[in-house]
Amino acid sequence: MKTINKFKMQLCAKSTNESFARASVGAFIAQLDPTIEEISDIKTAVSEAVTNCIVHAYKEQNGDIYITVKIFENNKVKIIIRDKGCGIVDIKKAMEPLYTTGGSERAGLGFAVMESFTDKLRVISKVGKGTTVTLFKEIKSK
Amino acid sequence: MECKLNMTDDTLTAELDGEIDHHTAKNVREQIDLEIDTQTPKTLILDFSDITFMDSSGIGLIMGRYKKIKSIGGKVKIKNPSPNTYRVLKLAGMDRLAKIEREE
Ligand SMILES: Nc1ncnc2c1ncn2[C@@H]1O[C@H](COP(=O)(O)OP(=O)(O)O)[C@@H](O)[C@H]1O
Ligand SMILES: [Mg+2]
Repeated sequence: MKTINKFKMQLCAKSTNESFARASVGAFIAQLDPTIEEISDIKTAVSEAVTNCIVHAYKEQNGDIYITVKIFENNKVKIIIRDKGCGIVDIKKAMEPLYTTGGSERAGLGFAVMESFTDKLRVISKVGKGTTVTLFKEIKSK
Repeated sequence: MECKLNMTDDTLTAELDGEIDHHTAKNVREQIDLEIDTQTPKTLILDFSDITFMDSSGIGLIMGRYKKIKSIGGKVKIKNPSPNTYRVLKLAGMDRLAKIEREE
């Protein structure tokens, strides 16, 4: 697939940046003229992945989050969200709805939301090295 | 995010305004919990009319308050979620735990 446009950013794993991260990705995707629902889906999925970097990967300590957004032909979007945090021991288990290691204020639904609000979700992780979450979404032309 | 609390009779209403995520949920959680502890309401209404964004951290926020209110014999109502917020609520099965009132 041919890349038509690309956007990269690196930001501190601070919770104040959650809204900035999803808004930036949303603004970049806006060039594809998505529906309000499509923009909202993408922002929600990005928010989940970014929050996981902050809460789980870096455990609210210092670290960087790397986001790449690629736009391909046919309005296909690929969003890569990467951290160099603790990694995930059992990805399959982590992706089960309601599973959380985050205590009583976490719903354990982040991956379920990412899965349901995108076309495809890919998670690669290495304990002690970090995690890469890739979200795919096709923007249907209006 | 803003949170305006109002207690009338047995009902605590939390008017929420803005975006709910992991960052904003913390402060709102503390405000609502303090009010539940001091006022012991029978019903907690979470008014979502002015909520423009919510991810699963919002579900954590609602679930936590649901459990707290339930432990003192009360219930939770969710008012006016946007279509997008409603989809997150549905995905979490919140419609089975709390009454969701949707208006135009
Ligand atoms: N980037 C990450 N680094 C390390 N662990 C992660 C990461 N993302 C998710 N996890 C693990 O997967 C679990 C499930 O994540 P999620 O579905 O988003 O629910 P929640 O964030 O509410 O715990 C987390 O509790 C955590 O153990
Ligand atoms: Mg999460």
